[in-house]
Amino acid sequence: MTEDFTNQQLWTVIVGLALGSYCLRFLFIGLVGNRAMPEWLLRHLRYTAVAILPALVTPLVVWPQATGGQPDPARIGAALVTFLVGLLTKNVLAAIAAGAASLYVFLALV
Amino acid sequence: MSGTTVKSPILAGMRDSIPFIFVAGPFGLLFGVLATEAGLHLVETMVFTVSTFAGAAQFTAVTLLQAHTPTLIVLLSALAVNLRVAMYSASLTPYLGGAPFWQRACAAYLMVDQSYALSIAKFEAEPEMTVPQRVRYFFGTNCLIAPVWVLSTLAGAILGARVPQSWAIDFALPITFLAMIAPMLRSPAHVAAAFVGCSVSLLAAGLPYNLGLIVAGAAGMMTGAQVELILTRRGYQV
Repeated sequence: MTEDFTNQQLWTVIVGLALGSYCLRFLFIGLVGNRAMPEWLLRHLRYTAVAILPALVTPLVVWPQATGGQPDPARIGAALVTFLVGLLTKNVLAAIAAGAASLYVFLALV
Repeated sequence: MSGTTVKSPILAGMRDSIPFIFVAGPFGLLFGVLATEAGLHLVETMVFTVSTFAGAAQFTAVTLLQAHTPTLIVLLSALAVNLRVAMYSASLTPYLGGAPFWQRACAAYLMVDQSYALSIAKFEAEPEMTVPQRVRYFFGTNCLIAPVWVLSTLAGAILGARVPQSWAIDFALPITFLAMIAPMLRSPAHVAAAFVGCSVSLLAAGLPYNLGLIVAGAAGMMTGAQVELILTRRGYQV
């Protein structure tokens, strides 16, 4: 097996990432606790999930790594089906099932 | 959500988290396979997964390590990918901030996409929940997902490169997140935040160190907050 990195580099990354990730997670819930946060901050936080999660997913849908970053009609189609079923049914499990089923159908067709 | 039919918040959290087994499982499997292909030994892969407990950041780190990236850049990129958990932590603080310190310290470790998404949806839908009930629900959402994540990583590391490409498990993550997002779009402000998050993530994709995600998330949050302000001033209930 070819090593692209040293053992020391790997362990530095593992330890650094473990500590860094924990600090990020602890920052607010651990340190702020029950102290009141200003209204403008709370107003922004209400939109964390609906802003970040789509931003995380969209590039993965448009430029999937599995196709080397080339837009793939099957994956984009499956993403649209998932989203529409989610909007119409408000049922997460139904949307996932529809999305997975449509992905395999589209992959077989394309 | 019909969460009130289940008395125990832990069981309610576990039940609501069941769909995410189908995310955490393939995602962990994928990480185990990828890390093994990159040259990590079983022990290295498992220590990484248990200590960091952040799939997307781990994927980023392993991908960059393989591309001969300097250690500091690997760390900064992976932490940038994980900056969103700081926002999750902040977003749940109004709901869980009253819990004892040790519970908050444990909750911080378990702050992942799935437990956050389930918890914030539940806490917003049922404002009458007490802090201990919320804490139990939050830990309940992790009772199945965390073991599944760790065990599937182990399975992936053992399987190595033998998972066929035709399974397209790379797309398990986008499908599940999209399924979660759709029911959250319950006001014009939420729709605007999501739309700007999507658009900016594509426009800012070229930014180094995955900063595009942070920029897009911040732009979406600011949009949502502004739209809420404008609508409230005009007398709409948001």
